[in-house]
Amino acid sequence: MTNEVLNDLQKTALNVREHIIRLSTDGGCFTGASLSATDLVVYLYKQFLNVNKNNLRDSSRDYLFLSKGHDVPALYGTFVELGWMPAERLQHHLSPNDSIYWHPNVNVPGIEFHSGSLGHLPSVALGVALDCKIGGSPNKVVCILGDGELNEGSVWEAILVANAYKLDNLLFVVDRNFFQANMPTEELIPLEPLPDKFAAFGAAVKRVDGHDFTALEDALTSFPFQKDKLNVLIADTRRGKGLPSIEARADRWFCNFTHDEVDALLGELHGEHAATLESETLVVR
Amino acid sequence: MTYEELLTQTALADERVVVMTAENRALVRNMPANLGNRFIDTGITEQCMIGAAAGLALRGRTPVVHALAAFLSMRAYEFVRTDLGIGNLPVKLSSFVPGFLSDGNGPTHQAIEDVSLMRGIPHMQVFCPADEQDLLQMLPTIWASSAPSYVRINTRPATYHHTQPFEIGQAEVISTGSDVTILVYGMLFEQALIAAHQLRHAGHSVGLVNMRSLKPIDEAVILEVCANSDLVVTIEDHFLTGGLYSIVAETLLKYRKTANVHPFALREKWFKPARLNEVLEHEGFTGQQLAQSIINLLVGDLAD
Repeated sequence: MTNEVLNDLQKTALNVREHIIRLSTDGGCFTGASLSATDLVVYLYKQFLNVNKNNLRDSSRDYLFLSKGHDVPALYGTFVELGWMPAERLQHHLSPNDSIYWHPNVNVPGIEFHSGSLGHLPSVALGVALDCKIGGSPNKVVCILGDGELNEGSVWEAILVANAYKLDNLLFVVDRNFFQANMPTEELIPLEPLPDKFAAFGAAVKRVDGHDFTALEDALTSFPFQKDKLNVLIADTRRGKGLPSIEARADRWFCNFTHDEVDALLGELHGEHAATLESETLVVR
Repeated sequence: MTYEELLTQTALADERVVVMTAENRALVRNMPANLGNRFIDTGITEQCMIGAAAGLALRGRTPVVHALAAFLSMRAYEFVRTDLGIGNLPVKLSSFVPGFLSDGNGPTHQAIEDVSLMRGIPHMQVFCPADEQDLLQMLPTIWASSAPSYVRINTRPATYHHTQPFEIGQAEVISTGSDVTILVYGMLFEQALIAAHQLRHAGHSVGLVNMRSLKPIDEAVILEVCANSDLVVTIEDHFLTGGLYSIVAETLLKYRKTANVHPFALREKWFKPARLNEVLEHEGFTGQQLAQSIINLLVGDLAD
């Protein structure tokens, strides 16, 4: 990866994080979850997927399905940075006059399917990948899952079926931030050793630092990882990545900050000073 | 022509059609050889199958999906509601052994709330053919529509020759009568036909309607029979809640009408598993039992 590309990815991710922080007020959003997925989403759209403003409806495009729907602010921010959505539209967050809310919906160009109920889109993505195989079409199909989402049995149904149908055009990316809604995953429903679980179900598995663009590129250059096998990329991430005052905390999944706190967090994001947070931590699930 | 022959013919004529099953092959056992990779068996995974059907529909396919009624309507319910309902996708659910047709399986396999559940989903259409002939007459229209649909598959041989062409949202009026009209759907049509015959033989003026389409519902027929019959009965192998009786009640309320309506349905219990004929007998749904119950209602009505 050239320095130019790396700088561009880093700059884009920083801008997306700014959007996420700005959405974390006046009703709030799933800030912690969105920040952990930001680098993945930015990398996939900018470097991996053949999808752009002009081919969003073409049957030859690559697909990204966000099964972990509550981190949709990372998508909104990325779409603004890609020029798919005007930045002003983010002002409509949680307004009944637009469709910018806590979970994805297809009224936002670029979003392939609604989600929010966990464990659905692995199967939907599987259906799309299956159609591409039937039609001999070379599309790549990516589905981003949360690690907490792996509790859902339907995820494992999809893995079994994807392998049965040899869907090596399908990639499941796990945003492995080690938290589910209110708890560290390993304290509630332990997942490790996670690669072994996917491998035992027949998938070809890689594990990388999900905030390291070079590592992501190294892992995805060899896509498909193995012929005839479902690809699984476990991306180790940190909930709240970029904001030390909320990073890796069980109680900063959903955040609704004051305007002053948002300003302070934007400063913290740019390494200016640590933010002092007084608004209460929220339990929304 | 069988269900499988019709589906094979439809799929061979239309590239968009894919046939899916959650390892429920009873109706489609010869299709793998005929359809190749457009036959997709996801194994015993009703949820995954519905999600995958949504994905295939996003790519322009029309999946015709098979599973046992209880698991299609309940195990996969949230996937049907969330993926197909919210998405408004043209996925066609073929529901195997619904209602009494699960005969000896027992309550785990009894889908007797499926009509209620499925009609509660926006965009979803619900159809209940009377027999195999009715089924084969209805399916081409259902599969050609762009709406998601749920069909209570019924391949029992016809005991009546259906002549009225099928249209979505239209019932088939078999006969009209002023004493009593029977509203019925699905496999109980056969018994209702026997009951109507016996009632007529006993001197009553009897109407009989094969509802066919429960959503959208034929409101005009409901309002007409309620206005023109002294008694209306609904007959269904479904819980009392949310089925045809509820639909009639909702329709009457919507138009601020009232009528003398009596339901034959399952009340707060699962039915006794047995051979089908004995299920009907045990639950009081044979033609003869229904005729006798209706006569009792008519007599009681006269006594009032």
